[in-house]
Amino acid sequence: MALIEVQNVTKIFGPNPKKALARYRDGLSKEALLAETGHTLGLADVNLSIKEGEIFVVMGLSGSGKSTLIRHFNRLIEPTDGKILVHGEDVLTKSGRQLERFRRTTMSMVFQRFGLMPHRTVIENVAYGLSIRGVSKSQRIEQAERWVKAVGLSGYENQYPTQLSGGMQQRVGLARALATDAEILLMDEAFSALDPLIRSQMQDQLIELQAELGKTIVFITHDLDEALRIGDHIAILKDGRLSQVGTPPEILLKPADDYVAEFVRDVNRARVLTVNTVMKPPKARLTHDNLQAALEEMRRVGKSYGYVVDNERYRGVASQERIEAALTDGGADLYSVAVEGPTVSADAALEVALPAALESDYPLPVVNDEGALMGVVSSREMSTLLTPPNAANGDEPTKAEHAKADNRAAV
Amino acid sequence: MDDENQPSFLERLSDNFNDWLFLNGEPGDIIGDSTNDFLNWLVAKYGDFFEMISNAILGPLIVIEDILTDSPPLAIIAAVALLAYLVSRRWQLAAGMAAGLWFIGSLELWSPAMQTVAIMIVAVVISIVIGIPMGVITARSSRARAIVSPILDLMQTIPSFVYLIPALMLFGLGKVPAILATVIYATPPLIRLTDLGIRYVDAEVVEASRAFGATRWQMLTGVQIPLAMPSIMQGINQTMMMALAMVVIGSMIGARGVGETVLIGLQRNDPGTGFVGGIAIVILAIVFDRISQAAGNRVQKHRTVAH
Repeated sequence: MALIEVQNVTKIFGPNPKKALARYRDGLSKEALLAETGHTLGLADVNLSIKEGEIFVVMGLSGSGKSTLIRHFNRLIEPTDGKILVHGEDVLTKSGRQLERFRRTTMSMVFQRFGLMPHRTVIENVAYGLSIRGVSKSQRIEQAERWVKAVGLSGYENQYPTQLSGGMQQRVGLARALATDAEILLMDEAFSALDPLIRSQMQDQLIELQAELGKTIVFITHDLDEALRIGDHIAILKDGRLSQVGTPPEILLKPADDYVAEFVRDVNRARVLTVNTVMKPPKARLTHDNLQAALEEMRRVGKSYGYVVDNERYRGVASQERIEAALTDGGADLYSVAVEGPTVSADAALEVALPAALESDYPLPVVNDEGALMGVVSSREMSTLLTPPNAANGDEPTKAEHAKADNRAAV
Repeated sequence: MDDENQPSFLERLSDNFNDWLFLNGEPGDIIGDSTNDFLNWLVAKYGDFFEMISNAILGPLIVIEDILTDSPPLAIIAAVALLAYLVSRRWQLAAGMAAGLWFIGSLELWSPAMQTVAIMIVAVVISIVIGIPMGVITARSSRARAIVSPILDLMQTIPSFVYLIPALMLFGLGKVPAILATVIYATPPLIRLTDLGIRYVDAEVVEASRAFGATRWQMLTGVQIPLAMPSIMQGINQTMMMALAMVVIGSMIGARGVGETVLIGLQRNDPGTGFVGGIAIVILAIVFDRISQAAGNRVQKHRTVAH
């Protein structure tokens, strides 16, 4: 079972949401609901399941309901209908006291505009969650110190938030959320207020921290590039409804509807997609140190080259010409015929793999850390994948769109 | 001749009509009589209770007044200068405050001024004890605000003499009714500014505190009141200034103090005495204002959210 289950969560804003809910259930659209009852449909039957230890990104434009959704997790906002289960327990049945305990120990939060207490120093801000919990002063300062260090703010403990830059303030916000040792981290547009450079640094730091701590992170953003960069799964929200939930390649390669398709069109695919999305098994896998057998295998699959593997270890590419030459010369074995050449790893981005693949005469071998051959990847397959869907449909993007795409690639 | 004094038929008709229109003035009689009845009943039935309140206020007042009047003036001047320095870290302010107090002494108004200060301190403390919690309540509940707001309007607009008369009946002549009248007049700005300050605390900071599982009390004491402090300090400053404005009126019901000097000037047709008393009141106002403003500015440091 997933760590967090969101089941049919619906939120209607207005004076009498229960009544409006009945109208919505009768099939009234969002616009009609607003026009006839004056109620705003914030979220409409959202279902999510978030696994332990993953970074789950909720992506949507402003007004899509993403900030409303994340506030349902710790009940800063009460849903009109639906359930939210954490560890199989319904958050909505918790009493005031239980809810306070839940917020203190299980879920912590990072805010878009940081939400730091301006009258407290950095260290006091980081220790805030612990002070709420009643941890003694010396103990909470000691614990907070560790997290100040973890986010790289050592030396700033006694500064006030106003004395720090935006990026540093958000690190304080992150440290404050981590200091409570909550297993779930809610991040509401946490990096949106930061400069692009600082933002990507923070993204890296978050990925690093997550790998180290194994937290479950629910991350809200309006930036698809950010979602694709850090998300294990991405949910795309539009007008309070889920458009699609999937892994970054699924979102990019199989957009569920026009809305998602339009979003992903401008994405720099070469940066997001990795080699393993296009990797194929090698046609000719030469496992025996026998030149004749190798030649026969290559003829059988109709290729003029083969990938030499010795006990799962990749040894190089052997071409038909070189094997034939070796056969006429006699004496040489397959391993000495094979040419090592460039390789790529499966999780390399296409923008890294593509130049090497274009230089190579053969599909590039994909090799893992142990040196085993995982598959091959050709420049042709990569470029097919990199072509945005509209260009593939035949209508050429205009020059302006090209320029835009180039600009994005440069960012 | 007689005809001239006799109202004409038309005039009589008009008078009769007006009497009829205004119900022969009955409502005024009813309100006035029933107020008197109510107060007489209150004094008869709850006289002990009001005496208890009176003593509760008088006790601390006498202690403070004794301390202020019995201490050597130089000690008081030094203490005020030190306080001014501590809240502002500026020796110029400390020197200015000391000079002001010295001047009051040189006007031969030292002990009346100390009496006035004692009344001020008690009145302001009562205003704070009532005003800040009321401000917190109105900030948290729009309904409470809807109820309290017109009452505050009333407290500020109703002439103080109107509630001085019943206060006199209930508490007798002296300092206690003066303090109560001062509290009624001076508390509304503190309630309003506390309310405003808390409502204007950055919503995201309050939300953050909620998200970390703070109780309402933890939120109030750890976030809302500290961040509303500049506004609350402004409210306390306003309360002090308005309390000083009541000094002369308070002296009319036997509160003594520097207000009495002004009153004597009025009664004896002696503008000089009145002016001297006025100078002393203004100096006290400046001392209270500067010191509380400096304290407010000190609190203001780091209290605004940076983006």
